[in-house]
Amino acid sequence: MGTKDNAVLDQGFDGIEPMVFESQISVPYSWWAGDTATYFLKGLRDEKKIRALKCTSCGKTYIPPRKTCPVCFVPNTEWKDLSGTGTVQSFTIARRQLAAISKKVPVIYALIKLDGADTAMLHYIEGISPEKMKIGMKVQAEFAEDRKGTIQDIAFFKPVKEV
Amino acid sequence: MAKRVAIVGTGQTFHKSHRPDVNGQELINEAVQAALKDADIKISDIDAIIIGNMDHFEGINYVDCWSIDGSGGFMKPVIKITTGGTTGCSVAIGGYHLVASGLFDRVLIIGWEKNSESDTTGAITTAFDPIWDRLVFAGAISGLAAEAQAYMARYGATEKDGARVSVRDRKHALNNPHAQLRKEITIDEVLASPMLADPIHLLDVCPRTDGAAAVIMASEDSAEKITSSPDWIWATSNRHSYSYLGDADYGRLTSMREASQDLFKKGGIKEPRKEIDVIELYQPYSFGGIIWIEDMGIIGPGEGPRYIGEGNTDMGGELPINPSGGVISCNPIGATGLIRCCEAAMQVMGKADQHQVPDVNFAVSTGFGGCWWTDMILHGKKKPGK
Ligand SMILES: [Zn+2]
Repeated sequence: MGTKDNAVLDQGFDGIEPMVFESQISVPYSWWAGDTATYFLKGLRDEKKIRALKCTSCGKTYIPPRKTCPVCFVPNTEWKDLSGTGTVQSFTIARRQLAAISKKVPVIYALIKLDGADTAMLHYIEGISPEKMKIGMKVQAEFAEDRKGTIQDIAFFKPVKEV
Repeated sequence: MAKRVAIVGTGQTFHKSHRPDVNGQELINEAVQAALKDADIKISDIDAIIIGNMDHFEGINYVDCWSIDGSGGFMKPVIKITTGGTTGCSVAIGGYHLVASGLFDRVLIIGWEKNSESDTTGAITTAFDPIWDRLVFAGAISGLAAEAQAYMARYGATEKDGARVSVRDRKHALNNPHAQLRKEITIDEVLASPMLADPIHLLDVCPRTDGAAAVIMASEDSAEKITSSPDWIWATSNRHSYSYLGDADYGRLTSMREASQDLFKKGGIKEPRKEIDVIELYQPYSFGGIIWIEDMGIIGPGEGPRYIGEGNTDMGGELPINPSGGVISCNPIGATGLIRCCEAAMQVMGKADQHQVPDVNFAVSTGFGGCWWTDMILHGKKKPGK
């Protein structure tokens, strides 16, 4: 397996300290949400409504809303208003602060299947101590005061009953 | 009809957390030279090259071109395949397709990563939808943690069951000179290591690694002239299951279930637990080692903790898994899937030295990506029938 040859390469820098180069690149992007997602996000922002799209062929209700049913390949045309309550399918508690996590840890992330939907939504849970989190618990959406037309217009989900 | 295809040589670097002594092409070259030496052929014998690594990891996006000084691709057909975590397995599947097509006889396949050169979480985040998932994304480990949490709730498994898998893989790594982490750990040490995202501790997950792997595939026209012990590719399969993170069935890897059924059907495997002799599983965290072999059909749902706890997947057990030490001991991501393929090939060819499983007729190698997609290869000692 070339073991001996590579062992030589592995022994160090031959007295040469390798130089390192830092990136100077910043590549900004912007993404068009498209009319389907925009309709959903405006509903969140302007009416505090969570809307899903239903496939009239297989009956599956998608959130995020899909313009076309990925299974049946027909346009989804039936918008449904959801109540904003749902069930925790799974969750985790992020304990380590990463740049990707905008809140202070511990942060509870959950997959929430909203009542009336067939797919789950990834979001935060607040208003409960991490130790009390359980799969199957009922939660409801809490809207942000200041809404900007993003998925974070739902500030978080909280338990339906006081725990 | 498609040509039958075999792996005739493999090569790997000695994987480390940092390789500041070499740039990317030089790292790639180490693996390529090792594979050529293993097959005892020259770079001029290679008809085409497939190379892959993780998008955004080194910030170099024309790797197929940029790497030719190391890959040997000068004035050869070179294509890049990159599919996230599954990249290393996808390049192998791509190589198999090229050789099976009859258009290329000998193809060099390369997977590599200098994980030390990137912001891993930042780069991985680019795999997720910017409007729906990224704003509430918590890093790759949190997705895996949600899978483990759902599995535990469904089947009553414990953190200790996960830890047992890490202990197995780290022990196996002691016998693999190419692995990065070669120090034994205990269940107590896993459970005492920092909690990253419940129920996943630091020692339940893979490290970050710099490394490269290379595989040489040849058609039935030349494979047996190159080596007397080729590793025949019996079948490959891959499956994708979601667009958005909330679409998956947390607690089960449905892409693994579907890909396995397809793979074993193509390969004529009826009882995988009996017929497969060794598995190199792309398992970046401990619970994947339990959940995914259930989805593979090796054992039934919920049976993993006991099966593994009894030592069946240890070296010397009924069905050894990850004799190399697996991903938990070493994870240069773009190379990781191809390392699984290398290791499975080495087992079939009888070249795995201290971590050789005796009498391997069939081996399985896998790739796992992003969250929840699966690539698989069925390797065999016997030449497949036409
Ligand atoms: Zn449908």
